Amino acid sequence: MKRFASVLLAVFVASATAAWADTTAGTPHAPPPHPTVPNTTTADHSEFKVLQQKFTSGPQVTEACMTCHTEADNQIMHAVHFTWDYESSSGQQLGKSNVINSFCGNVAGNEARCTSCHAGYGWDDMSVTPAEAGVQPDCLVCHDRTGQYTKTSTGAGHPPLDPVKPGAKTITGALAWPVDLAEAAQSVGMPGRDNCGNCHFYGGGGDNVKHGDLSSVLYEPTEDVDVHMAADGLNFTCSTCHVQDQHEWAGSRYDVTMTEPEAAMAPGADRQTASCESCHSETPHPLEVTQGPLFVRNMKLNNHTDKVACQTCHIPEFARGGVATKTFWDWSTAGQMNAEGKPFGEDDFIQSDGKALHTYLSTKGNFDYGEDVVPHYAWFNGHIEYTLGDETIDPTQVVEVNRLNGAPGDGVSKIWPFKRMEGRQGYDTQLNRLTYSHVWGPTTDTAFWTNFDWGKAIEAGMKAAGAEYSGEYGFVDTYMYWPITHMVAPAEQAMDCAECHAEDGRLADLAGIYLPGSNPNGMAGLLGKLIVILALVGVLGHGLLRLVGRKSKEG
Amino acid sequence: MSKRIVKVYPRFERVWHWTQMALIFVLLFTGLGMNGVHSLLPFGPAVIFHTIAAMLLLVLWIFATFWLFTTGTWKQFIPRIEGMIQVARFYALGVFKGEKHPYRKVYWRKHNPLQAATYFVVKWMIFPAVWVSGLFYLTYNLWEDSAIAATLLVVMANVHLLAAYVVAAFVVAHVYLLTIGRGFRHHVKPMVTGYEEVDLTPEQEAYLEANEPERLKPRNA
Repeated sequence: MKRFASVLLAVFVASATAAWADTTAGTPHAPPPHPTVPNTTTADHSEFKVLQQKFTSGPQVTEACMTCHTEADNQIMHAVHFTWDYESSSGQQLGKSNVINSFCGNVAGNEARCTSCHAGYGWDDMSVTPAEAGVQPDCLVCHDRTGQYTKTSTGAGHPPLDPVKPGAKTITGALAWPVDLAEAAQSVGMPGRDNCGNCHFYGGGGDNVKHGDLSSVLYEPTEDVDVHMAADGLNFTCSTCHVQDQHEWAGSRYDVTMTEPEAAMAPGADRQTASCESCHSETPHPLEVTQGPLFVRNMKLNNHTDKVACQTCHIPEFARGGVATKTFWDWSTAGQMNAEGKPFGEDDFIQSDGKALHTYLSTKGNFDYGEDVVPHYAWFNGHIEYTLGDETIDPTQVVEVNRLNGAPGDGVSKIWPFKRMEGRQGYDTQLNRLTYSHVWGPTTDTAFWTNFDWGKAIEAGMKAAGAEYSGEYGFVDTYMYWPITHMVAPAEQAMDCAECHAEDGRLADLAGIYLPGSNPNGMAGLLGKLIVILALVGVLGHGLLRLVGRKSKEG
Repeated sequence: MSKRIVKVYPRFERVWHWTQMALIFVLLFTGLGMNGVHSLLPFGPAVIFHTIAAMLLLVLWIFATFWLFTTGTWKQFIPRIEGMIQVARFYALGVFKGEKHPYRKVYWRKHNPLQAATYFVVKWMIFPAVWVSGLFYLTYNLWEDSAIAATLLVVMANVHLLAAYVVAAFVVAHVYLLTIGRGFRHHVKPMVTGYEEVDLTPEQEAYLEANEPERLKPRNA
């Protein structure tokens, strides 16, 4: 009955949206709502008087929410979604407000564009914390269930409201439509994949650009792409694994939890980690004698879990399902103009769905992409360090924008899959440090995307970040690592043994592991073959001599 | 001395031999596949078959060891120097001149001295090297926390591989030697039927006729 009601509601909303679209042809409008998530709430928010008002701004909605949810704003304001600040276990001050990456580089100096995905309204200065800046948290971005709530791409977290500036875009890159705040406020519920995805699927400035394993495909994935989130399967939301307590979520890219001390709990169970082991335990392959020979296989597979992360075999490729991820970004070529002296673009990468993606933009330089990408593998203990703006780099080498900690044989590290982003980005040639750059700023005369002058853009970026700068810049090759953990394939599509257990297999470059099958011609292999060959030559020679002996006797 | 057809290989020994042959074949085939020498079988199934075959062979060997010691047959496998030079000389020289094999098979001594020495080495050194290293290999997760685990694993894996190749070389020589003398079929037949013509002293013949008549085929049958 409940299901029928929700289907009916979906049909109604969809047809209403379509009807509305017909009468307002030419005006951008919200996409159809994404599938509903299981809802066990005892409250119908559309009944609340405080939400039945004509809201004229996001923060007004937050005020209304707080009349009942008295602690929610305090909780979220201490959580990483709001602070963009994270003290890592090795003492580094990380978080979006601090780190440099190999995509758009840095938030400082580019605030209103980057903070369009901030879980608050109006944080436009990284030099102060959002709390200090009086930024109000945004409840709707995570809790709106109409699907029509969004944020403008350059509005420091504010939604597009009527009248929407022509040409304005949302955080997912769609033409912006006017958000109905009251409708959104009355719809609130637990976050669906769309709530998280509208920001996290579009990190780095576009669909799947950054992570590689988080793309718009995951709004409604098939089982092939994600066995847990499959819309017609288990239909997990992000928070089924990323459990939360007081608006703090399990799961961190800076300090990845490798194991689950209290393993094998139900999805969504009360816990602090979002690891595979949380539900599947350290021995996930079932051992039942009735399986016959598969018992042996599963036993052997379970023997791998001490050294091999679940993800390594169960996510054989990332960027699956038809949306490519950016694998290479060369900022050094940005700024070229066409014959007319105008910025231009080239679209030479054709995605499997036929969509052409930029391979050059005057604003951003050269790109390359990949679909169904084979990961880079490394020993990983869960901890990632960053090359922060005050660290000295060696520009003669490829600079690791972030460094994976871990080593074979330390008892903790496992072989983990990563997206290894290759980049070329600015650095201070005198101080040998990575530079911050000011790329976005339609009204400044220093922003690279408007003025195409690296000297000004880097100087302004360094100033915005409060970093020392010699005034001399160059470009350096970089690697940046993104742990792969989403897009888990169904069991039958897990990686074949021979992907690694073979000569020149996937782990051929990885030190510290004895891998059966990877070196048939090692010392013992060669010696053994020699022994067998000698035996064969021996018996053949012996046999031949016997034949000759017999002949001569007969003769 | 008289020639009699005697059952020299009781049923258990024959079952042991052929089962062992089949298992060793499976182990060599799957093992070399896993090692990357051939790719006629996917790695996963190779691991499954290899592990199961190894377990079966170990069980068989436990039975065989029990049988050897309870029946006294173990004495057959104790190497002796006596006659070894002659046998070695035969394989190195005599065989080419069409000489007869110097060893006369007797029912209480079915291996020639060289054969007995080879089996002794195979049973006491090569096979143990295979199964000890194999068990270490298989149970890696039980001792992986040891300080020398990484080194030990490499050593065990290499010992296992090398010993397996030695077994393969043994198989080559073993099969070839069956062609010497009265021919392949003649040599294989006793391991199938159990019966072989051997020299018996009158005392042995009398003993067998009196106590183990089922091991003797009637003289003119």
